[in-house]
This record gives sequence, C-alpha cells and structure tokens, in this order.
Amino acid sequence: MTKVLLELRNISKTFGDVRVLDRVGLRARAGRVLGLVGENGAGKSTLMKIVSGIHRPDPGGEILLDGAPVAIASPRRAMDLGIGIIHQELNLLPGLSVAENIFLGREPRRTSGRIDWRAMRDAAAELLRSLKQDHIDPRLLVGRLGVGAQQMVEIARTLSQRAEVIIMDEPTDALTDVETKILFDVIRHLKSDGKAIIYISHRLGEIFAECDDVAVLRDGRLVHEGLVADLTEGQLIHQMVGRAITDQYPYEAQPAGPVRLEVRNLVAPGVAGVSFTAHAGEVVGFAGLMGAGRTELARAIYGANRLRSGSVLVDGKACRLRRPRDGVRAGIAYVTEDRKSDGLIQPHAIRTNMALSALPALSPGGMVRRAGERAVVADYMRRFAVKAPDMEAEVRTLSGGNQQKVSLAKSLLTQPKVVILDEPTRGVDVGARREIYTLINEMKARGMCILLISSDMPELLGMSDRILVLSRGRVTGAFARDQASQHAIMERAVA
Amino acid sequence: MDTSSPASPANGSTAIAARNPRPGTVLRTLAAQKSLLGLLALMAVISVLSPHFLTTENLLIILRQTSINAIIAFGMTFVILTAGIDLSVGSILALTGAVCAALIGANFSLPIVLIATLALGALLGAVSGLIVSVGRVQPFIATLVAMTVLRGATLVFTAGRPIDAGEGAAADAFWHIGGGYLFGVPVPVILTGVVFLICWFVLSQMRFGRYVYAVGGSEQVARLAGIDTGRIKVAVYAISGLLAALAGIVLTARLQSAQPTAGTSYELDAIAAVVVGGTSLMGGRGTLFGTLVGALIIGVLNNALNLLDVSSYYQMIAKGAVILLAVLVDSRGKATN
Repeated sequence: MTKVLLELRNISKTFGDVRVLDRVGLRARAGRVLGLVGENGAGKSTLMKIVSGIHRPDPGGEILLDGAPVAIASPRRAMDLGIGIIHQELNLLPGLSVAENIFLGREPRRTSGRIDWRAMRDAAAELLRSLKQDHIDPRLLVGRLGVGAQQMVEIARTLSQRAEVIIMDEPTDALTDVETKILFDVIRHLKSDGKAIIYISHRLGEIFAECDDVAVLRDGRLVHEGLVADLTEGQLIHQMVGRAITDQYPYEAQPAGPVRLEVRNLVAPGVAGVSFTAHAGEVVGFAGLMGAGRTELARAIYGANRLRSGSVLVDGKACRLRRPRDGVRAGIAYVTEDRKSDGLIQPHAIRTNMALSALPALSPGGMVRRAGERAVVADYMRRFAVKAPDMEAEVRTLSGGNQQKVSLAKSLLTQPKVVILDEPTRGVDVGARREIYTLINEMKARGMCILLISSDMPELLGMSDRILVLSRGRVTGAFARDQASQHAIMERAVA
Repeated sequence: MDTSSPASPANGSTAIAARNPRPGTVLRTLAAQKSLLGLLALMAVISVLSPHFLTTENLLIILRQTSINAIIAFGMTFVILTAGIDLSVGSILALTGAVCAALIGANFSLPIVLIATLALGALLGAVSGLIVSVGRVQPFIATLVAMTVLRGATLVFTAGRPIDAGEGAAADAFWHIGGGYLFGVPVPVILTGVVFLICWFVLSQMRFGRYVYAVGGSEQVARLAGIDTGRIKVAVYAISGLLAALAGIVLTARLQSAQPTAGTSYELDAIAAVVVGGTSLMGGRGTLFGTLVGALIIGVLNNALNLLDVSSYYQMIAKGAVILLAVLVDSRGKATN
C-alpha cells in the first residue's frame, strides 16, 4: 500500500437538526483512485465540500494531509494545501480564454505587474499537453468548447494548482463515450504521477474499471471501505442501498391503448422532419448520440422550441404550439434534462416548485387553495418518496435524485396525457433510479404515453416498449422491444 | 453563539411561517423579523434620546410621512421580485400628479380624475414592462429611459410651473385624500394600509403572486412551466406605475398643487425600503411585510434625525449607513444558512 495523502477522521456535519455526516473516516492514497459511492443524499457531496473548504466539519473531526492535521477554512486554503476539486457543474467562465480560466486569480505577471500573456499561454499549453489535450488551443474562449474539453480545462486548472489530491464529482455525467475514454486516460496518467484521486460516480461500471479502492456512504455513514476487487457489483449495490436490488429494470408489459400522440413531419431547430405515433400506456424510447436532435424534438413537441412545419396531435386533436404554455394546455409534460437551470427554481420551496405548472388547477378564480395545494404536494412527496425535512425545504438543499423526483412530480401534477422524460436518471443513484422506473410503470398504467429520452442504453432497452433511433434530426431506426439490441441501435445511431 | 442556528428560530416562528406562504418561508420570516427587530431597536433608542418621539401625534406623523414612500415601495416590491427594477416611479408620480391637478382644476368629478390618473400610471408602467419583456431591454435601462422621458414630459406638460389643484368643484374632497383624517387617522395612512393588504393578498394568496416569485426565481423555469412570463412582467411594471400614480395623487392632494419636480429620487427611497426589508435584488425572494418595515425604518429615521436636530447633510449620511447595516445583517443571515 502506498502512502496515505489525505485522511479524514470522525468527520460529522450537522445542518440545523439534520445530521448529514456521522463520524466518517476516509483515506486517499498516493497513486490510487478511491471510488466514493452512495445513493443521492448519502453525504458524498457534503463530505467533499468539507474537504474542499466550502463547509466546515462539526467539532471533533480531523483532516490530515500527509499525516499532519490541517484546518481547511476556505476553498482558497484547500487549493493552497494541494486539494483540487472538479465539480459536477463546471465552474468555468465561458467568456474567458482557456488559459485565463486555468490561471484565474493566479496569472503569471511581469515585474511591472502586468499579466505575462505569453507565459500564461505557454504554461496552459504545457499543462494541456501533459494531459494529452494538445488540440485545445489555450487562446480559445471556454464557451466555445464542448463539455468534454471544458472538463479537461477544469482538470488542467486543478493541476496548475499543484494539487496532490484531486476530487472528481461525477465527471463523466456530461461526457460522450469518447470523452469519457480520454478522461480515464488522464486519470491513469495522474495516478502514475502519484496523485491521490477521489472519484465520485453513480456509474458502477466506471468504479469497477477505474478505481482501486472504494468507500461506500449510506445515510451519512461510512458503511464499507476496501479494495474494489473484493466486491461484486451486486454486493456494492447492496452496500449502497442496504437492500438487494434484484431487477434493475422493472418493466411491465401492458397492452397498448389508442393513439395518444401523433407527430407528423415535424421540422424545428435541430429536427429535420420526424413522424411517429405513440399510444396510451406505451413507453417510446429515443436513442441517439449527443446532438442527434432528441432534446430538440422534445422541446419542439412541448412548444419550447418553435415548429417550422409539421404538426403535433394529442388524442387526435392538433395542437398549436408556440410556447411551453401551449404544451401544458395540450396535456404534454416535459421533464427537462437540465433540472438545475430549466426544471426547478433552486432557492424556492418544494411545495411552490411542485405546484408551479399545475397552479391554474390549484387556484380556481386566481386564488391559490392552500389546503388543496398542501394535500397534493404531500401526496406526491409520499408517493415519490422525496427525502426532505418538509415541503418548505428549499429545492437546492435536496440531492440530485430527490430534485429529479420533485421535477417529475411537478410535471405529473398537470395530469398530462403525454410525458416526455429527458434523461430522467442522469445524476440519480441506483435506489432513486429504481423508484423513477416504478413511477414510469405507474404512468403507463394510468394510460399516459411516455417518451423516454436516454443516453443510458441498458435503461432504454430495459424500460421501453419501442425504441426510435434519431440521427441528425431524423428517425433512422425503429425497433420493437424484443428486436432491439445495443448493437442494432448503435448501428442506426451513427447512420 | 453568534451564528444563529437555522433550526431554533425556525421552530419558534412556525406560527408566522404558516401565515406566510412565500417560497423559503422560514428564511424569509427570519429576514422579515430581523428588520422588524431592527425597527423596534431603532425606536427604543430614539425614544430614550427624545421625549417627543413616542407620542401618538408623532407616530401618526411618521406614518403619514412614510405613506408615500411605502405605497411606491409596495409596487417596487413586485418589480424587484421579478428581478427587475423600476427607476421611473418618481417621474410617474410627478406626471400623474400634474395631470391629476390639471383635471381637478378643470372641474372634472373626483372619481373620474382618480380613475384616469391611476389608469395613466398603470399605462405608463405597462409601457416600461413591454419594453422590458417584448423589447428585451434591461429593466434598469428601460426604466431609466422612462424616468428621463417622463420627467421631461412633466416639465412640458406643466411648462415648468406648479399646477394648482386648489380651485375646481372637487378640490375640497380631493384635499382630504392627502390631508384629511378618518377616525383620527390620516387618510394617506389608511390608504397605505389598504394598499398593503391588497398587495399582500395578491402576492401571497393569488396565483399571480406565485408567478411573480417564479419569474424572479428563474425566468427559464417559469417559462417552461407554462407561465406567460412576458405578461407577468408587464403586469408588475403596471402595478408599480399604478401605485406611483396613487402616491402622486396623495402628494398632490396634500400640497394642493403639483410640482414639476415632485418625486425626484423617490425611486431610491423605494428601492431602499424594499432592500432594507430583506427582498433580494436578484429576484424571487422577499416579502411585502419586509418592505413595509423597511419603509418604516427609513421613515422613523428621518423623523428622529429631525427631532434630534441633526443637520440634513448628516441625515443623508446616517440614512445611507442604516441601509448598509440592514443589508449587511440580512446577507449575513443568508450566509449562515
């Protein structure tokens, strides 16, 4: 075993009355990747926020760096101590260049005090080269880079701070397969350089492929710590949820009802003529690579993007879709892929967020019926098993999975006929995933028609009755459930 | 124990929280209570310093002097909750006041004058709202333009001279709106109370109020939730304009004449009241009650500084300091949360 670079002892954290972390200990070793896993809300992010100086631990806990106890009072201090964190949401300034982002606040200066642009560019280029990312020009504006390249810039920034401990919080969530591969190369490279890496991910496959050690948090406690090689995937899931999940995709077959949704020759931004029908009680999966037009199609059906031509019929009735409002009125609900910026008002309460779309029904005559609202919200919180102190809790305090449930509930409260789920389980842990699948079944049983957009192929295959493949804004393949396979879908997706 | 635990005060205020339906209820209640505490502390200190302060007469004077700023600030609260700002209220006050005085002078009946004046205010506000929502102009710029243009329009309309509202058939009845008493309470104070109740009801009990908070919380989310965000924006600026016109009526009635320069820099007092009351300039968070307290803090301070014979030069410095203090306390409260 190599040297322990970062050690946490007895770390607890309490917010108000809620104990989020309970005497957690953790060790990250030089030249090894520690996978940190746990359900949403298990305390992973809070723990990492303590390590990176955003939160202070409760008294009694200890953080040791290279064996010496340290106090991490601020993100700046964490940086100085050599702890770098790459957040789930990228923290880059899109209007600045790659080099400026990497050296933000630490720009190399000439003796006159002026920024030494050349030195900065060269140093940035050098860093990117060390990450085998020579193709990224340090002079480019970050806003013009893809998500994958932005992630690399984040990593370069962390390295430029001479970080010895590097924390990655779900780094592959927004990456394509190719970009993910590059990231793994980089991780291996950092490993061989003797860095300690803490890798947080919901994708267990990545944990098994890339990590040496694994630590499992459940409900704020460390429930397992050990070598990845000593565990099977089933055992790991069992540790995370405290119960065995036998069937990951609880698909329920159901006879299809009448046609609910008909899309004819739809042309919209990113959509180049799509036609399909979907039935009541049917889940239609949409496969495709990034940029294939799936989200654009969803937004056009919902009225968030303008239709250029074509029509959308719900229960045989043509809808005029110019705004999201028209979609809501036509009985179409859209659960956005980006719940942070499109789905929920982060600083507002669960109650007001959940009720937002359905407010017209909850406020006859313009007056909000408070009792009715509370009852409905309480009902959905119970049925969706939203973990929160109460319905007044601010959404931003919830974990990703719970936020997703609130977002889902918000859409379902409008009693839609058609539900479009755009990446419903992105950033959601195993347990909450399973609950979302159960909800999909429930929606099916209630005669809704569900369009499921997902980049998670097993999920698509596991939950869909039918799968349509999109490529460059067109339908390039259609498969019945029993004919679909990853291979066949991928063939059509690259067509 | 200077960092207040978020839990214990929250428990203590559940009764209030239940009445306050806003998003992030507990936090907002705390903020509102904090400014209320500030107000009470301020009053306690002043009552020690000046024996004339805590008298019914003086308190009524404070309320009456606060009423105009409070009425404007209520409208401003709607706008700021949508993450906007309305710099044009002072100019709207002046223009509507002048039109009101002219109409009274021209012997129109009082109800017609009042309705026309309020409608004009709402219309002027709605135009700013349209420029913001349809024209996609920053609220600061749109209302800065409105402020300038409407001030100019006021000067054109009045030819730069005060307009007398002391003649005309309705003049006497009109005067009561600004200077009269009802059950021993100045009419402007009663008006302020009524406006507060209506605005509170709209913001906290009506769907429209929820939409106002939602638009300020995240316009994108609100739009995708099917809310007509443009309409909400036009409406809040119209409300702000309408209430500025009401303030214009009260001021004109009290002075029996409309000054072309009336209301200059009133927008800043209104914004200060809203901010001192704990409403976030980023939108989506805040309460009308906080604004009322904020307006009272400013009113009490003005009154006290006069009672204590502080020169008006120093008054401005003191006012600025208190606003800063209030905002610091408020943001500190948010940071510990």
